[in-house]
Amino acid sequence: MKTYDQIEVGDELPRLTSKAISRTTLALFAGASGDHNPMHIDIDFAKKAGIDDVFAHGMLSVAYLGRLLTGWVEQPAIKSLDVRFTSITQLYAEITCSGVVERKFEQGDGKLIEVSLAAIDQSNDTKIIGQAVIQLN
Amino acid sequence: MLDKRDIGKVFPKTTAEVEKGRLRFFAKAIGESNPIYIDESSAKAAGYSSLPIPPTFLFSLKMDVPNPFKNYEDIGAPLEKILHANQSFNYHKPVVTGDVVTFESFVDDVYDKKGGALEFLIEKTKVTNQLGHHVADLQTTLVLRN
Repeated sequence: MKTYDQIEVGDELPRLTSKAISRTTLALFAGASGDHNPMHIDIDFAKKAGIDDVFAHGMLSVAYLGRLLTGWVEQPAIKSLDVRFTSITQLYAEITCSGVVERKFEQGDGKLIEVSLAAIDQSNDTKIIGQAVIQLN
Repeated sequence: MLDKRDIGKVFPKTTAEVEKGRLRFFAKAIGESNPIYIDESSAKAAGYSSLPIPPTFLFSLKMDVPNPFKNYEDIGAPLEKILHANQSFNYHKPVVTGDVVTFESFVDDVYDKKGGALEFLIEKTKVTNQLGHHVADLQTTLVLRN
């Protein structure tokens, strides 16, 4: 288990890259996540709304960012996760999630670490930026 | 079109039960292979009372209603015009299989940019469990493209 003292500002989290997001990925994520918005699974609906094709759920890539974090620390240590969607994630995107320790600080009884997060596609186009706060002993 | 008069509007309270099969399906859908999210004995060995929910799954439980977009449609934000702009989670207590969580949401803010071409809706949600414990807070920002 990681401790507060083992972690330094500037440390990078081990990166995580998704498989290419297919229509099957989106169908499974729609069912499992409960987000049945047809913009992500029904090309006919997307075309009627004036776009060429379905696009990925933003929350799919946030789930990948969640995996990045829980692959690094135990989940109860995660105190917050805050993301901003910067562009639409297209079909066939391969999402790479990364995180960097930005700050270590103590608040009340807690020793906290702030991590900046990013999810980019294979063309280095940023899809999500965000941050997480993690509490360690 | 959104309406600033909806600021403060409280949406109907909803509840959802955390189910093991659904969590395994979610783990598969997001490529999660850590056994604590799939196998109950591994979760227990790691100190959880049952399978824990992954960090973003509260957002899914919140959508566990017949039409999760109805609240937005009712205040002028139809599905085909909305995009998710921001999402935050603040975690207070773990949520595991068997828990029943309640979502209490309200419209925190409505504003526009670019002369109304883009409208924004901020929704805040308090999440409690079956014991009445405050387990998390969520904040969702949607952008409406007019």
